[in-house]
Amino acid sequence: MKTVKAELIKETVKKMCIEANCNLPEDIYRCIRHGLSIEESSEGKKILSDLIENANYAKEQNMPICQDTGMAVFFVSVGQEVYIDGNLTEAINGGVRDGYEEGYLRKSVVIDPLRRVNTKDNTPAVIHYDIVPGDKIEITFAPKGFGSENMGGLKMLKPSDGEKGVMDFVVKTVEEAGPNPCPPIVVGVGIGGTMEKAALLAKKALTREADSKSEDEYYAAMEEELLHRINSLGIGPQGLGGRVTALGVNIETFPSHIAGLAVCVNIGCHVTRHLTKTL
Amino acid sequence: MINISSPFTLDDAKKLHAGDNVSISGDIYTGRDAAHKKMTELLSEGKKLPFDVKDQIIYYVGPCPCPPDKIIGSCGPTTSCRMDAYSPILLKEGLRGMIGKGYRSEEVINAMKEYGGVYFCATGGLGALISRSVVKKELVAFPELGTEAIFKLTVKDFPAVVAIDSWGNNLYNIGITKYRR
Repeated sequence: MKTVKAELIKETVKKMCIEANCNLPEDIYRCIRHGLSIEESSEGKKILSDLIENANYAKEQNMPICQDTGMAVFFVSVGQEVYIDGNLTEAINGGVRDGYEEGYLRKSVVIDPLRRVNTKDNTPAVIHYDIVPGDKIEITFAPKGFGSENMGGLKMLKPSDGEKGVMDFVVKTVEEAGPNPCPPIVVGVGIGGTMEKAALLAKKALTREADSKSEDEYYAAMEEELLHRINSLGIGPQGLGGRVTALGVNIETFPSHIAGLAVCVNIGCHVTRHLTKTL
Repeated sequence: MINISSPFTLDDAKKLHAGDNVSISGDIYTGRDAAHKKMTELLSEGKKLPFDVKDQIIYYVGPCPCPPDKIIGSCGPTTSCRMDAYSPILLKEGLRGMIGKGYRSEEVINAMKEYGGVYFCATGGLGALISRSVVKKELVAFPELGTEAIFKLTVKDFPAVVAIDSWGNNLYNIGITKYRR
């Protein structure tokens, strides 16, 4: 049994909040640079090069890349052989509280969805726990802005809708989102499971590198086909017209029920932040 | 590149066309969801707005907290459609410009055509760079709203594009149609 102190988790989360919001992940940098090489619109090219300049400046100044520093979303895998000395959820929320304060990050959370009073410390975080074999804790932090979060969608398709139904729904969701989610976007797709499982998979898909491929060749081909269809929509950087609407499409799947075909699309903006640390 | 000095008049607005790159200098006001709700509530109660919106520009933004060595934190535009329910009322009051990102509703575009308003888009997710265009920040109203309070920003060479002009020409439609395959 390995012991991990809650205080260490809190300190780690605090640093992750600041680092993730001020440093554009390398995969997104790569994808934007690649986008710049294929974009046909001159306005689109200018926007893409501005994004790189913005990320460089944010890093140099240690300031947030985007003012929407998001709702704090975590995926936490806890090894069965780890003993946590203290309260894990409180430690994560404590790290968010400290990180958002010390890093001059925006506090964007309201305590109630309808009565809307700001909690002023960006807590509570949305935390997804998983129990896994081993003696490590893996924490993935993926702060999510709501310009993009608001444009996702979920549909309970019929099994007979099949591959075409899934792809049409993904493309339709991106098309309707247009300029709103800050393209070029990353498209997270969850297929299968139950309704809430599909939604969770779609979010988790956004924590994969944007230019990664599914390990399943069938879905890797579908990712490629979807990227091609999405980048033929003409939406382009910021929706002002162009070739580079999406930087990548990531599909995650789970077994389903004989009667069901759930599909969920979670759209990430061009500042799709994700950072993983292991304790 | 067209230079705009804010506030600006109906005549100035009529010179702008969808697709024009502009550089805005002068005073603009911040305002997003909560501030818009409060402003339109004041108007419906027959009360005065915290500032006269005539010929002014509202920038849809909720900035990051300001570090001690800066004038403002990251401050890129937020999605404009959440303000659609309120914008026609403010355009009727004389609001001349709006800066945000993304689509606007037919109601907003009709009000822009009727009263001579212009919708500019700034690049979403460019918050760090845009902060360099702000030379002064002053609280105007609703401090209890935190990041959603109304601030007067003095800006210099704030970069934007005319997304929808006062005739209703819409760059989003024009641009996307051009590149659609």
